[in-house]
Amino acid sequence: MATIAHGTPEIAAEEVNYLNVEHGWKSWLLTTDHKRIAFLYLISITAMFFVGGAMAVLFRINLLQPEGIFSAETYNRLFSMHGIVMVFFFLVPSIPATLANFLIPIMVGAKDLAFPRVNLLSWYLYIFGAIFTLYAVIRGGVDTGWTFYAPYSSTYSNSYVLSAAMGVFIAGFSSILTGLNFIVTVHKMRAPGMTWGRLPLFVWANYATGLIQVLGTPVLAITLLLLFFERVAHVGIFDPNIGGDPILFQHLFWFYSHPAVYIMILPGMGVISEIVACFSRKRVFGYNFVAFSSMGIAVLSFVVWGHHMFVTGEAMYTSVAFSFLSFMVAVPSAIKVFNWTATMYKGSVSFDTPMLYCFGFIGLFTIGGLTGLFLAALATDVATHGTYFIVAHFHYVMVGGMVMAFLGGLHFWWPKITGRLYPEAWAKFAALIIFIGFNLTFFPQFILGYLGMPRRYHAYPPEFQALNVLSTAGASILGIGYLIPMIYFVWSLKAGPKAGPNPWGATGLEWEIQSPPTTFNFDETPTVTKEAYDYGPVEEIVG
Amino acid sequence: MPASLTLLLADLQLFPPAASAQAGPIDALYWFEVIVSAIMTAGIFIAVIFLAWKYRRRANVRATQIEGSTFLELSWSILPFLVMLVMFWWGAKLFFAAQNPPKDAMEVFVTGKQWMWKVQYPDGTREINALHVPVGQPVKLTLASEDVIHSFSVPAFRVRHDVVPGHYDSLWFTATKPGRYRLYCTEYCGNQHASMGGWVDVMDDREYANWAGGGSHGSLAEQGQKLFEQNGCSTCHQLDQQGRCPILRGVYNKPVQLDDGRTVTADDSYLRESILDPNAKVVSGFQPNIMPNFKGQLSEEQVIQLIAYVKSLSPATPASQQGVQQRPVVIAPRAKAPAARPPQ
Repeated sequence: MATIAHGTPEIAAEEVNYLNVEHGWKSWLLTTDHKRIAFLYLISITAMFFVGGAMAVLFRINLLQPEGIFSAETYNRLFSMHGIVMVFFFLVPSIPATLANFLIPIMVGAKDLAFPRVNLLSWYLYIFGAIFTLYAVIRGGVDTGWTFYAPYSSTYSNSYVLSAAMGVFIAGFSSILTGLNFIVTVHKMRAPGMTWGRLPLFVWANYATGLIQVLGTPVLAITLLLLFFERVAHVGIFDPNIGGDPILFQHLFWFYSHPAVYIMILPGMGVISEIVACFSRKRVFGYNFVAFSSMGIAVLSFVVWGHHMFVTGEAMYTSVAFSFLSFMVAVPSAIKVFNWTATMYKGSVSFDTPMLYCFGFIGLFTIGGLTGLFLAALATDVATHGTYFIVAHFHYVMVGGMVMAFLGGLHFWWPKITGRLYPEAWAKFAALIIFIGFNLTFFPQFILGYLGMPRRYHAYPPEFQALNVLSTAGASILGIGYLIPMIYFVWSLKAGPKAGPNPWGATGLEWEIQSPPTTFNFDETPTVTKEAYDYGPVEEIVG
Repeated sequence: MPASLTLLLADLQLFPPAASAQAGPIDALYWFEVIVSAIMTAGIFIAVIFLAWKYRRRANVRATQIEGSTFLELSWSILPFLVMLVMFWWGAKLFFAAQNPPKDAMEVFVTGKQWMWKVQYPDGTREINALHVPVGQPVKLTLASEDVIHSFSVPAFRVRHDVVPGHYDSLWFTATKPGRYRLYCTEYCGNQHASMGGWVDVMDDREYANWAGGGSHGSLAEQGQKLFEQNGCSTCHQLDQQGRCPILRGVYNKPVQLDDGRTVTADDSYLRESILDPNAKVVSGFQPNIMPNFKGQLSEEQVIQLIAYVKSLSPATPASQQGVQQRPVVIAPRAKAPAARPPQ
């Protein structure tokens, strides 16, 4: 697969596919093809990823010196914009708006999503939201952190809170519409024979995600609107000086933002299920448990928000209940990890790039999940709340988990999306670099956290410098690791070898059609007769 | 380069000092969690590497298709959950213990303000970004915020509590090791958030007695009494005979009947609310809209002084409600005689 393609003359008579069927910017900007919209999203979120990443590079440089290098003002804006851009404009739409947008209709045997024009609208809303937020960046940034805690954000901050928050508000609707589209598509557009029990686990994961997007995101919209009213019209909602309650903001914010954490990880779990099955040549161990654990996570995710507030003075028994529920939500995640691992048992495992990302995901998500237990336990949450321990924990889940899964999925389906292969050796090298860089960046932060180093500090006591230097060194390796795929993916668009319909020998409807697919995916509606992951008849039931 | 590296490593810390009675038990839970996590992580890593290598792709060897196993699914759901229940119970137990300060806790008042911690002691001593406490003595901090949300954190004590504007928060600890420990603000509060910190000095009894000098403006309660007169409170809240407003003598920490039928306890939070927003909870038998609204007129520190004064109007049983035994409040007229002050 790593063969070099340069010099190979292109054959003139290329198959018609969704990429070459029409040309010109209008054919892209007015398209209703879910695959083209996925491509538009891919370009947009990649741009936002590098905007957010550039900010991370800058503030990691600042943290090389205990007294800081930039001003406090600059630093505060950098970490705030990093969080806002990465959470709302990269992680939330990452897999759903790109890979799932591309794949869900194909995986269920449909021509497109249920509402193709709504799908295009969702991309425009995303862009519109991004413009508002980037406007805030260009004008001088916002300094509230991605959490927009009131009354700091509503009354005290002198930064561009309104336009940044409006951007997030608008982008939220793009997320709602994507989720809605997935839910309706999975319910109404499945091909004959595509029963719920035959759906690929990637579809299950994104269906569960869609439920959270539709039910949770409106609460974020309400919260930001209330913030808007208080900041503009001084209606007392959150600021106690005008009759509000700051804790109310936190309840509302986390009622969305904890489920949103699962918007940011469930689709990644779906990707891992697909990859581990394909590269083990096996059906996923315990399909039903993996599918239902996605639904379990979606439901439980709505009843754990209080664990963000153990040290705010939340009632003691409320905290105890939220602590218990937070431990509960760990169970379905653990089930998934065990099942992915067990899938390799008696399999035929190959080590292609997507599988390397899958290994990386399982390892890092395990660490991210287990360190979550420290935060679900009340006493150790008190000791670590607001420190780098939290920062390390959620980066292990969001970056070690979701970004690994996103890159794994992108490498897995890139041949389908573009019809081209990427250089395998470079891809393996990049995966390794990312894994090393990631751990070097974030593992020291667990130690810093228990030492007590608070997050969001532009300057820190000198005893924390060695670990911070290590973390910055890791971040530079990680940054290079992310640039390499960027380069070879762009290269492969023109010069990569042709992939053919099924380069991995995978099962699934998407691998039965040409690469890249035609505009309507299937010449005629397929009839499904097999389960997902039909790599052979079942021979054994363990224990 | 090697020289600077040595410098870096000279300061390197990997685990925080443990300097409070709470720190040891919380560390024990932390290490339990670390060990469980390490075992689980190692198990998963080893299983992934072992299975991937053992079942690596070979020519002419096909995968064996396996449906799954309900027994295994239940085992690896229930067993980890049982371990998690231990963590849950353990964490909750320590958390419960951290909720209620012992009766003999010494009281200190801390007000967070962009970007400093202002500390007031019952004897009227004040300091900024510094806290002095005697070793072995439970200390209860009452936390107030003048502006945004702050969070009071002393990692060496493993304590932290958010300081939310609009009401009082509190935390307590018993320092066990004399020394200097860092205190931080750990809730982002604006531009100079990173400089909103300082030191907690834990001193042995003699050192502490030497340090504790008392305020130059009298005790907290005396300062409160001055404010009480300056702001005209005393015209309506008379000490002995019923004026237009309730008598405050003996009211502290006692139940109060409200005009809507509810009963509340006249604790710090209630008194604070009644000073800043008197119409929120009107005492039964009195008219609303008589007392002016002091929101914006008094700082949180002044409110603390006023409450200390009201507190001093109540009989000193039990001692804990009066604050500290070692550092008693000097009381307003006709209250119980104060105990001896530590030598200066």
